[in-house]
Amino acid sequence: MPTEDPAVRFERVTKRYGDHTVLDALDLEVGRGERVTLIGPSGSGKTTILRLLMTLERVTDGVIHVDGEPYSHMPGRKPGTLVPASERRLAERRRRIGMVFQQFNLFPHMSVLENVVEAPVHVLGESREEAERTARDLLDLVGLGDKVDARPTRLSGGQQQRVAIARALAMRPGILLLDEVTSALDPELVAEVLDVLRDVARGTDITLLCVTHEMGFARDVSDRILMFDRGRVVESGPASELLESPAHERTRAFLGTVR
Amino acid sequence: MADLAFDPAGHPFESVGHAPASTGLAPASAAYAPGSAGAVPGAGDSLAGSAGFLTELRGALPRLADGLLVTVEATALGAALALLLAYVLGLSSRSARLPVRGGARLVVEFLRGTSLYVQLFWLFFALPMLGFRLEPLACGVLALGLNFGAYGAEVVRGAVAAVPRAQTEAGIALSMGPALRLRRVVLPQAHALMVAPFKNLLVQLLKATPLLSLVTVPDITFQIDQVRSATGSTAASYLLLLGIYGGTAALLGLLMNALERAAKARLGQEGGV
Amino acid sequence: MWDGEAAGAALPVVLEGFGITLLATVLGFAVAAVLGLALAVVERAGPRWVAVPLRGAAGFVRSTPLLVQLFAAWVLVPKLDALALGVLVLGVHYATYLSEVYRTGIDAVPRGQWEACTALSLPRRRVWRAVVLPQAVRNVLPPLGNYAVSLFKETPLLSVITVHEMVHEANAFGSTHFAYLESFTLAGAVFLLASWPTSLLVRRLEARLAH
Repeated sequence: MPTEDPAVRFERVTKRYGDHTVLDALDLEVGRGERVTLIGPSGSGKTTILRLLMTLERVTDGVIHVDGEPYSHMPGRKPGTLVPASERRLAERRRRIGMVFQQFNLFPHMSVLENVVEAPVHVLGESREEAERTARDLLDLVGLGDKVDARPTRLSGGQQQRVAIARALAMRPGILLLDEVTSALDPELVAEVLDVLRDVARGTDITLLCVTHEMGFARDVSDRILMFDRGRVVESGPASELLESPAHERTRAFLGTVR
Repeated sequence: MADLAFDPAGHPFESVGHAPASTGLAPASAAYAPGSAGAVPGAGDSLAGSAGFLTELRGALPRLADGLLVTVEATALGAALALLLAYVLGLSSRSARLPVRGGARLVVEFLRGTSLYVQLFWLFFALPMLGFRLEPLACGVLALGLNFGAYGAEVVRGAVAAVPRAQTEAGIALSMGPALRLRRVVLPQAHALMVAPFKNLLVQLLKATPLLSLVTVPDITFQIDQVRSATGSTAASYLLLLGIYGGTAALLGLLMNALERAAKARLGQEGGV
Repeated sequence: MWDGEAAGAALPVVLEGFGITLLATVLGFAVAAVLGLALAVVERAGPRWVAVPLRGAAGFVRSTPLLVQLFAAWVLVPKLDALALGVLVLGVHYATYLSEVYRTGIDAVPRGQWEACTALSLPRRRVWRAVVLPQAVRNVLPPLGNYAVSLFKETPLLSVITVHEMVHEANAFGSTHFAYLESFTLAGAVFLLASWPTSLLVRRLEARLAH
């Protein structure tokens, strides 16, 4: 695999729900190991980008490439053509990507440890001992080494979200998607989650794509920030530059509302 | 076969004489009609029951035990068949493939729409005319299983649909396949929602088992009716029978409540970790 | 195998029985609807010494088989006409289901409605009749409809007390002409044709009320 391929490339990707266009012929590139934050008003299509990458939604038009291969599409019968990927094809590809959700989406019927162990054992075929060892390490990393046997419903929102981060990392994804991971949390619980994510960003070379309204966090972890509005990128640049001196009127207006 | 004749307060189909002799349904003799002279004294007897009733009851205890066993057996087998069918039809009705989904819907609507009574009598009377003869108990279990299976399918379908879509998405994000997601993520959560409606269905199924006595299955209703016609203690017999059903239903309810608590505890909704 | 001629002869007989089946359904459900509502209101608003035993009795009726109740009523109340008796037993049995349905409907009426009535000093009877019940009943129309369909499918039980409803007639025809296959298949078809559209209607109603 040629290493110069970007981790993620959107090629004229359009997503429509009925008459409503969420993404409009979007072009986008994220390099390997790059940390990119998507900002913008709600409904501007940021979350849709993550959901398309996670194959929770299908593109209306255009092609998504991951590590240089068409991800949303596969080669058609006629040479040189692409057709929408089958469920099977998507299944074999989504292993490269992990996701942390706004509402945590932990499995309520499993303990914390079982949540983290589930996919490595049943999807990757790891042995239970191996998976549990990794899971305990990851839970230590997110500061929940003492909660392995607890039920998710007994934990605070911040603790649940940290379990969800460990669960996603247990699959060793090359790309991690963070979808407004602190939006559902009480303000006093936001910091503990962001601190864990800062550690993850610092300690690994994982490619990060995150949607957030936490500008401080965006500045700390991102190499680049993309400002979205109505399905298009209106401005893009290094984190400090874009946040300090936004060039675009819309970016200035948006940053005014979140500060 | 005359001793097998089920002769409750008037044979179900007394006015038409009898079924084909081969079915074992003997002609209803001395059909009860209000005011008619016969073995049945009617409403005047005392509720406490005469000494004759108690003596007869004591003598009939082994047969009553047999009858209760048949009732429990019919309930258990019918429920097992219904549960199996409920899962197959309920999960098929959520299939992404239209023929599977449509087929399951049709079967469910057919089984729900045609009335348990018609189904039972059809299996018992009409099916032999097509060359298939089933044992009476098998007819009963099959009818109960098919009918309640269709209602159960709606329960399964509804419960699976009620598990939040986000849970499935979390499974997808962890690269879990559809079968694995269903088995490890969706169904364990759906089960907790199914227990309460299944409890109702189970009690309904138990309450439908006396129907089997109409097709000569010697269940508890059948046996107590034998005692009734031997003693003439009508009120005492039927009160006893109602009590037995009420008690069994209550026991089933307690059992299912325990199951529900266990299922909810597993989800961390109630009780401890 | 299937005998078209026998089926042709059975059809009018079965349909005649269907008339009685419909009559029993309508009357039985009317009894259940009124009695069930009365049960629900008394259980909610009546004095405890009435409400508690009534709940117990309703629970007992609900958890015991309709068939045995019919037998018992048939021998204990010998003076009554079979159809009338059947309708009453069916109605009482289903009233115990419907009272539960009404109760959930009553419980779903927001607290604020009761408080508004108190603030307006409306008399108790008026509160129930004009404010609570209209809202409660409207919300539970779909489950009521489902129970009506369910009662309809249980009317064949009345054949055990000699009511000449559809399944009784199908059985009679089947035995005299040795044509059970035709007569019972037709009876099943009539049940399906009548209950399926009704179920669909109830589902439409449900969807409409959900908005």
